[in-house]
Amino acid sequence: MKAAVILFPGSNREGDAARAIRQVSGRAPAIVWHAEHGLPSGTDLVVLPGGFSYGDYLRCGAIAGRAAIMDAVRAHAARGGYVLGICNGFQILCEAGLLPGVLMRNSKMHFVCRMQHLRVERNDTAFTNAYARYQVIKVAIAHGEGNYTADDETYARLEGEGRVAFRYCDAQGHIGASNPNGSASDIAGIYSEKLNVLGLMPHPENLIDPLVGGTDGRGMFESLVAHLELAPA
Amino acid sequence: MKARVTVTLKTGILDPQGKAIEGALRSLGIEGIASVRQGKVFEVEVETTDRTRAQGLLEQACDKLLANTVVENYRVELI
Repeated sequence: MKAAVILFPGSNREGDAARAIRQVSGRAPAIVWHAEHGLPSGTDLVVLPGGFSYGDYLRCGAIAGRAAIMDAVRAHAARGGYVLGICNGFQILCEAGLLPGVLMRNSKMHFVCRMQHLRVERNDTAFTNAYARYQVIKVAIAHGEGNYTADDETYARLEGEGRVAFRYCDAQGHIGASNPNGSASDIAGIYSEKLNVLGLMPHPENLIDPLVGGTDGRGMFESLVAHLELAPA
Repeated sequence: MKARVTVTLKTGILDPQGKAIEGALRSLGIEGIASVRQGKVFEVEVETTDRTRAQGLLEQACDKLLANTVVENYRVELI
């Protein structure tokens, strides 16, 4: 799996994303500066890491979403290439128009930084094939603006097309029991129409080593490796 | 030419910052405020003196960057 992690001014989880990819795939990703116009040739997966790109100026992800590299990321996605946006990366994907909707300020105004359970809504995608359907996983969350918001038509389409990737839940998998940010329908992550772009607020890249609290995030990277080795993009 | 662009949240979009400010005003004893919604104001200087062009330019700026039209409305005023 050939991966590229995009680095924006203010990104701060690029090292975590790169480490997760390296540990699971055995191959270090390229780190690509936002002002570049192209991705390394043969890139299978683009990762937009967490952080505070451009200091969250204007709106979270707004300026990064319009960076030079994003045209190449858009073209990569249009070709069916895989794109993973984590936390600020999810906000950037929404602002760049690669995913619908927007991440608003958490409804209770607090920055939330804690462990959180998620339910895997489907396991037939490139990002989740190593999990079971409705598996409950425990990963980290750390965000102030994760309240997913869209218009009614978008919600209906996301639900109808099975594009909700993860929902916040409690340890038993109950939906509606543990929502950290006010996100509608407990949405923690969504897919693009062709299921090749995934944005999520939680940080699976931080849960890959038992030393730091668990390995429930590994499955996402294992899924991508398995998928890309079976059917390279 | 100077212009002012005002970006506000659409009706129905939850504005926790506005709510917090509303509560703070109440706790200061400032009475009679029914609700507060927080927005953004951009003071812009445009090079052109043609009002139609300036209006068009600023609307483009709003659609492309200044506002996220999923949740925000904008208003352009030429001064």
